Amino acid sequence: MRARPADEKPRSSAGLLAKTVLLGLTVAIAVWAAFPLIENEAWTGLVILLATTGGLLYLYLTPRHIPLKYLAPGTILLILFQVFPVLYTASTAFTNFGDGHRGSKQEAVVAIQTASVTQVPGSRQYVLTVATTGDPTTGSLVFLITDPATRQVFVGDANGLRPIADATVGSTGRVTAADGYTLLNAGQASARSAEITALAVPTPGGAIRSSGLSRAYEGRAGRVYEASCDCVRDTTTGQTWTADEDAGAFVAADGDRLAQGWKVGVGFGNFTRVLTDPAIGGPFLRTLVWNFAFAIASTGGTFALGLLLAVALNSPRVRGRVAYRILLVLPYAMPSFAMLLVWRDMFNTDFGLINNLFGTDVDWFGGAASARLAVILVQLWLGYPYMFLVATGALTAIPRELAEASRIDGASAWGGFRRITLPLLMVALTPLLISSFAFNFNNFNAIYLTTEGAPFPADNPANGATDLLITYTYRIAFGGGGAQYGYAAAISIFIFLIVAVVSAASFRRTRHLEEVNA
Amino acid sequence: MRIRAVGITAALIAAIAVAGCGSDDKSPTVTESAAQAQGELVIWADDKRAAALKPFADKFGSENGVTVKVQAISKDQQTTFVTASQQGSGPDVMVGAHDWIGNLVQNGAVDPVQLSAEQTSGLNPNALKAVTFNGQTYGVPYAMENVALIRNTELAPEAPATIEALVTAKKPLCLQIGQNGDAYHLYPLYSSAGGYLFGTTGSGDYDPKDLGVGKPSSVQAFQKIAKLGEKGDGLLKRSITPENSIATFTSKKCAYLVSGPWAITDVKKAGIKYDISPVPGFQGGQPARPFLGVQTFYVASKGKNKALAQEFVTNYVTTPELAVALYEAEPRPPALTAAFDQVKGTDPDLEKFIAAGRDGVPLPAIPEMAAIWDPFGKAEAAVVGGADPAKTITAAGKTISAQIK
Repeated sequence: MRARPADEKPRSSAGLLAKTVLLGLTVAIAVWAAFPLIENEAWTGLVILLATTGGLLYLYLTPRHIPLKYLAPGTILLILFQVFPVLYTASTAFTNFGDGHRGSKQEAVVAIQTASVTQVPGSRQYVLTVATTGDPTTGSLVFLITDPATRQVFVGDANGLRPIADATVGSTGRVTAADGYTLLNAGQASARSAEITALAVPTPGGAIRSSGLSRAYEGRAGRVYEASCDCVRDTTTGQTWTADEDAGAFVAADGDRLAQGWKVGVGFGNFTRVLTDPAIGGPFLRTLVWNFAFAIASTGGTFALGLLLAVALNSPRVRGRVAYRILLVLPYAMPSFAMLLVWRDMFNTDFGLINNLFGTDVDWFGGAASARLAVILVQLWLGYPYMFLVATGALTAIPRELAEASRIDGASAWGGFRRITLPLLMVALTPLLISSFAFNFNNFNAIYLTTEGAPFPADNPANGATDLLITYTYRIAFGGGGAQYGYAAAISIFIFLIVAVVSAASFRRTRHLEEVNA
Repeated sequence: MRIRAVGITAALIAAIAVAGCGSDDKSPTVTESAAQAQGELVIWADDKRAAALKPFADKFGSENGVTVKVQAISKDQQTTFVTASQQGSGPDVMVGAHDWIGNLVQNGAVDPVQLSAEQTSGLNPNALKAVTFNGQTYGVPYAMENVALIRNTELAPEAPATIEALVTAKKPLCLQIGQNGDAYHLYPLYSSAGGYLFGTTGSGDYDPKDLGVGKPSSVQAFQKIAKLGEKGDGLLKRSITPENSIATFTSKKCAYLVSGPWAITDVKKAGIKYDISPVPGFQGGQPARPFLGVQTFYVASKGKNKALAQEFVTNYVTTPELAVALYEAEPRPPALTAAFDQVKGTDPDLEKFIAAGRDGVPLPAIPEMAAIWDPFGKAEAAVVGGADPAKTITAAGKTISAQIK
């Protein structure tokens, strides 16, 4: 038995074919992924890629390591789609990554210097012709600059500007021929785009730079980075901003900081901010309680309604059960995204279907209680078909004889259901209820597409009555100060911990339930 | 033996796959180097504008012997652009709204442009002011937009001169507020009542250190707005939302609509007889100042072909033909005076929108503006719903200044 698997394989040619195709695909994906890695010189990534691919090929071409063959695909997917995102989020939580702090310090310095180049006051713009000495692709780059007033042509390179005499100038001022220089067309010039943008021809007042391929201007960098003091200096006022490696920004003595910063590690800074921020700490408990209430009501409500309908339609006395079931599942078939928006409009005070239909004048999203009731009603409508489906499935798996037997033993219909059917159902459905609870606990769309957290108390526009932790923290992390990914990641780790604890506790209870029934 | 045979076949097939894929992978590198030799320019815009840009981009490409790719980004253009730029997969030229500038600059995503004196004199001064940030011009504007008072002339023949006239007319107004407010559409009323968002520095830039929300002037402004609200005159209602305001107007349930050029297509489609006038201010108050938004071409800092991008943005976008084509794709007034003059004869609405925006101020482009929208809007909704103006707006001011720091 144990020695045979290797001999079995070649017998099935379909299996061999599937295996070669899959392995070929693996190698093809690896090759496809290798090119960008090599291009970006990401050697660690390349080593991991090679090791994984090599390991996979070895694993499936050798007859040994049978258990590992079963485990490998799942493990790789788990690492790719679960472990890696979690680790990435966790590592982001320790940085100040966000708007204004996205790149490296080098990038910030370049951005500051580029943004500070302004045209020298009183200087004029020139007509530019990009040229090289010699070959268009390798020759050294020069700017042929025409003064529009005098039509005098100068040649400029990194050493400076000097006039040339023997150049022909067209009607627009562009040089059409110049002795000793090869003029570049737009295609040739754009191949050397980076060099053209970088070339600054020094002049007494600043430097002549290109503005596109046909104009040049005399500009001066208003701010320059000086490595000696690790600071940025304003060339006109002399003010300096010194690099602060803890904040990832250039900061002046008076506290003024330049907008262009860079990404740095901030240790537990984001976590302490979550714990100490009064905007989070203050309404946290209230939001948490409502969050639990929402998740429990959404899950429990849909389950109760779904189960009721499933049991009712499970009775063989009902005629047209298939038609009923199809109709009941309809809300599930519609995109919840669109349905949430439709429901939001139906709750409109003046134009909404609900107030119009019942002739009421309820300001649904204006009061805390009515807004909470409204979002739970919407969840009930959206969620019960799912519960109805799984409950129907689980019910058909329970032998009818059990219910009959209980009836013969003298149990009432309700007693039979409560003592026999329901416990059996719960074995199958509890894991689904837990996952549904975890989903609803973080049901961002349910709130964000309907009330957006409204109503908000007049004295606190940051935390509304229907806000879940996720919508609330989303507003804090992305609402005001632009995108703050580091902070958002720290918050999401806290939410993850809450959901994980709740789920773990529930699963322990499930195991307990199974033991009872086993 | 057999095992080895299997191994060999597998290795062979894998090798073929490698070769096949390898050549697959080589072909893009080949085209890439070819494209580099002849130059490639990548432009990102939203769906509508990408379609309008295509013929002109192609023309620019064939005139200059380069390939121009116009790619449509359907949603979240700003975030997509900033993220892609950071990863090195962004475009060379980006088309978007001018109030992105502050955020794009702090993320090092755009380069300034150097326009000549003739080029700047050909642009609407308000549009030019909008794209100027910290004394630098960060893009070339091509279209402007601001809100105006659009009225159904069958229901309301006369344009109201003041808010008070609008109240006494007792005809419903569609000014979108929704459950969480809308600072953009409210701003004309807020500014007319004496409120402001940010003060200005000596050079005319917005000053993030001078926050107007929460100041006594903003409290007074919100007291005036509260009088128009649900517990007052009933002119402003939270049930008019960003989603239903234009539709409510086109279904003739509102006589007036506060909206911009983007609403006109729907209004025309509904066959409503309409006229456009400035959003009125309070009697004896400040002028009502709508926000001016400016659609802009940006040069991406991390583009692969910046020289060509600069050439396209500074020397090609400033020509009237392109501005007219973009106007035809979506009727917003062109920022280029020459183009505006060319189309205003065929479209009388344009001049009315420009007139409505005469007192307007550019939408602040400073990154701190991001902290305003949400708290300000919510304060607006609360006040319109009947909350105490002083308490509400002071709390909003506190939230905003905590975000700005």
